[in-house]
Amino acid sequence: MNSADFLLWVRGTGLQIATVIFVFGVVLRLFEILTLGHKKNLAVTRGSGFKEGFRNILTRSLPRDKNTLRRSMFTIVTGYVLHIGLFVVIFLLAPHISLFEGIFGFGWPSISTPIVDLFAVLTMIALLAILYHRLTNPVLKFLSTKQDYFVWALTFVPLITGYLSYHHLFLNYNWMLGIHILSVELLMIFLPFTKLSHAFTLFIARWYSGSMMGEKGVKS
Amino acid sequence: MSEASLERGIAALKEQIDAPVAAFFSSCTHCGMCADACLFHTETGCPTYTPIYKVEPMRRLWEQEYTLLGRAKKALGLSKPITEEELEKWQSKVYNTCTLCGRCSMVCPVGNDITGMIRKMREGMSAGGFAPEGLIGASERAVEIGSPMGVRLPALKAQIKHAEKDTGLAIPMDVEGAEYLVLLSSMEIMNYPEYLHAITRIFHQAGKTWTLCSEAFEATNSGIQIGSSDIAAELVGRVVAAAEKLKVKTVISPECGHAYTAIRWEGPNLVHKEFGFKVQHILEVLDELRAEGLLKTEGIEEAKLTFHDPCQLVRRGGVVEQPRNLLDMIAPNFVEMEDSGVMNWCCGAGGGVSANEDADKVRNKAFNRKKKQLESLDIDVVVTACANCRIQLEDGLEINEMDIPILGLTEMLAEHLKEDKPVEEETS
Amino acid sequence: MSHDETLKESLTRNGVSRRGFLKFCATAASIMALPPSMVPAIAAALESARRPSVIWLSFQECTGCAESLTRSHSPTVEGLIFDAISLDYQHTLQAAAGDAAEEAREEAMKENWGKYILVVDGSIPLGNPGYSTIAGISNLDMLKETAKGAAAIVAVGTCATFGGIPKANPNPTGAVSVSDIIKDKPIVNVSGCPPIPVVITGVLAHFLTFGTIPELDELGRPKVFYGNNIHDRCYRRPFYERGEFAETFDDEGAKKGWCLFKLGCKGPITYNACATAKWNEGTSFPIESGHGCLGCSEPNFWDMGGFYKALSQPAVDVSQTAAYALGAGAVAGLGIAALNRKKKADVATDHQTVTIHDLRRNDPSKTEAEDS
Repeated sequence: MNSADFLLWVRGTGLQIATVIFVFGVVLRLFEILTLGHKKNLAVTRGSGFKEGFRNILTRSLPRDKNTLRRSMFTIVTGYVLHIGLFVVIFLLAPHISLFEGIFGFGWPSISTPIVDLFAVLTMIALLAILYHRLTNPVLKFLSTKQDYFVWALTFVPLITGYLSYHHLFLNYNWMLGIHILSVELLMIFLPFTKLSHAFTLFIARWYSGSMMGEKGVKS
Repeated sequence: MSEASLERGIAALKEQIDAPVAAFFSSCTHCGMCADACLFHTETGCPTYTPIYKVEPMRRLWEQEYTLLGRAKKALGLSKPITEEELEKWQSKVYNTCTLCGRCSMVCPVGNDITGMIRKMREGMSAGGFAPEGLIGASERAVEIGSPMGVRLPALKAQIKHAEKDTGLAIPMDVEGAEYLVLLSSMEIMNYPEYLHAITRIFHQAGKTWTLCSEAFEATNSGIQIGSSDIAAELVGRVVAAAEKLKVKTVISPECGHAYTAIRWEGPNLVHKEFGFKVQHILEVLDELRAEGLLKTEGIEEAKLTFHDPCQLVRRGGVVEQPRNLLDMIAPNFVEMEDSGVMNWCCGAGGGVSANEDADKVRNKAFNRKKKQLESLDIDVVVTACANCRIQLEDGLEINEMDIPILGLTEMLAEHLKEDKPVEEETS
Repeated sequence: MSHDETLKESLTRNGVSRRGFLKFCATAASIMALPPSMVPAIAAALESARRPSVIWLSFQECTGCAESLTRSHSPTVEGLIFDAISLDYQHTLQAAAGDAAEEAREEAMKENWGKYILVVDGSIPLGNPGYSTIAGISNLDMLKETAKGAAAIVAVGTCATFGGIPKANPNPTGAVSVSDIIKDKPIVNVSGCPPIPVVITGVLAHFLTFGTIPELDELGRPKVFYGNNIHDRCYRRPFYERGEFAETFDDEGAKKGWCLFKLGCKGPITYNACATAKWNEGTSFPIESGHGCLGCSEPNFWDMGGFYKALSQPAVDVSQTAAYALGAGAVAGLGIAALNRKKKADVATDHQTVTIHDLRRNDPSKTEAEDS
């Protein structure tokens, strides 16, 4: 297989396979979660669980109180850099937007590539810091499973290969681009079945906890 | 009589796993922030006390029983089953080092209600026979005697007599049609009878009708702490029956955290029906009286004081502003503790920890968090609204040789009650 | 022209002076990206080089490659180099026809066995040998037979190098490239549809100078010409960096000469010398004319999902696939939901109420303590 065949495969068959598993997995996981049901709360509620659930979806992304911020500073800061960085890199790079345009039929404006590049670097630094933290912090070292390191790699490889292919470093661009796309496909394949599923289940989790707390009148 | 078994425990966990739990487990990224929020971790530095790790067996069960991949792995013999040894090992994580305080649920960035899951985990632990002896004993006493501390009606009656003598007011018992049914915690009966005095006087001033019930005076619920909905339902059922029999409008949960959770929030779900009466914490009632102008105080508390928010009231109960409104009336020198309100640190003894001797050592260690909070304030008095917090605060301060008195908010208010006759006394 | 004549003799015969010859050597060096210090060595090599015999076979092709080469205007280095070889068989160009033509090939092969250069344009059909024959001989047979005595093979054009358009999906003739068939000879792939003329002659100049084939990339192409990416050498690259893209061929962006990425330019994955060597006597290359690169020097360029589809867009229809996967996920989800609900209903039905008498397991030591 030469680089052109490889590139064609990852843009074609590989993408098909990844999409099938990704979509299948996400839908399956949503069914697995939602059909387990949740008993109706019979206690007289103080607030609208529905409203508070949605509020929690948004507000959980904001920093908590300043002491929590101080105590979990490393996790919170690297977490923000990672997630904002991923957002910029995935959704604001012109070639990525044109990919979404190709799939969904609509696009949005891109930002200039060197800025995306900067975010990619920041995101990778954040991920390296997160890995270091995971390897050295007693709690994280204790909690971490093989899957935690595996999904770290699943997230890091698309970034580094994207960076290397953009800068035409290390390997021939076609190979690098192919590996980049393949690494994203691997990410898609494993996302619904690993803790990376938080990318979409977090909305459900936040909604449930927000509404349960909201019904008690607690701002979650 | 049947007995607990691993199978019953697992079946109970299977019953507990629902959509929120599945969403929570799907969303945890092992970020470790819950550990930073848990006083059992912050004060011991022990990573095994990380809140999400306390429900790890339940996570595996969820995966094995309720996901397609997990089911396949289980069918192929690739998954690790839950064993007796494992759950025995988990007892200290689930019971000794968790007060169900809910701080972890507040900080979790993906919004997992970890505390709620530990509560569910306890269902499996108790049904499986993995609950600590201390909580089993408390549950037995609660069901058989009517109080986890073994307080019987005669003891209450003796306290009523004292209170009637001290206040010069009659304490109503089993009065049908009263507005409020007042519940007490055993600790209030045995250690803090001032509470009974206080509400007697406050209701008298407010001109409200109220009653105690000889068949259901105990508000605490060991079933909630041990994590058995069946036992909790039996205990709540007594209160519900009493409230219905006496046709009261409102049942008042006393100065106790988990009792409020048990009756106010879990109660209707435990007995599977909506209540025909209201449930309020005493602070909610007092704040309502204040707003209606029925709670009149005079004088002020000179001491510099702070308020310790009981977890079950603030984070798990939504009673945050009421104590502050009430303190506003009498305490100009009130200062907030760091992290006060919904983010307040637990005293370290809630959720059954105080009833569990195995947890004594770690409970005292966890108290260091509260000690640091109080030390930084330089205050004369700590006010709270939970008898269990109060005992732990007293114990902890004594061990740490800190001489700060602890007061219940209700009783402090009563001390400043304006001595005038209620306008509607005759008509009430 | 005899095969024994050296290049120098040939050039002299054509009235090229010593000075002109050295100038030619310098140009050849620059084509091959060699330093000027190499010029004397090149001159020495070329002076004594014998004009090699070249046999040019054309299979499934459009003659565009030969056109590209022969349309280059003289006097050019390309032309000079073609004077320096003995093109013994090229059925488009040669005067002979029929049996005579084939005899010329056979004779050239016999005379120069082991020394001649075989140039091939066009792909070879494997589906049915009858799809393409010359004088009754299938392309496959002719290639195999002619390749046997070749010193080296130069595959010219994307059809000969990678199968090209004949191989495009669904590849009705079963077309393959030269390197798919010949495994035991050095092959230089000069891809492009067509290749840049100077690239073809550059390879021949290299062979004449050094008697070897140039250094090749992983696709068998001379690195000298295929080492650079069109995108990297593109004068519109700054617009790509700034995120300024033409969205249609007649919008403002197109008029301002913005990047053509979104209009399907394959520059980022195309390796060729177009952006530097340019076409039509160095006039321009396609992007300068306002059209994206088609990636014609790359394998499968016809099947990369569409010339006007951005490179980052899927080469296939993903939406349809996703819709099926959604359905399958829902079916599997409903299945697992039914199983889960049954499991939950079962444990609820079998639920034995936990009383205070059920809080201990059957642990003899504990039971005794309890009883006492």
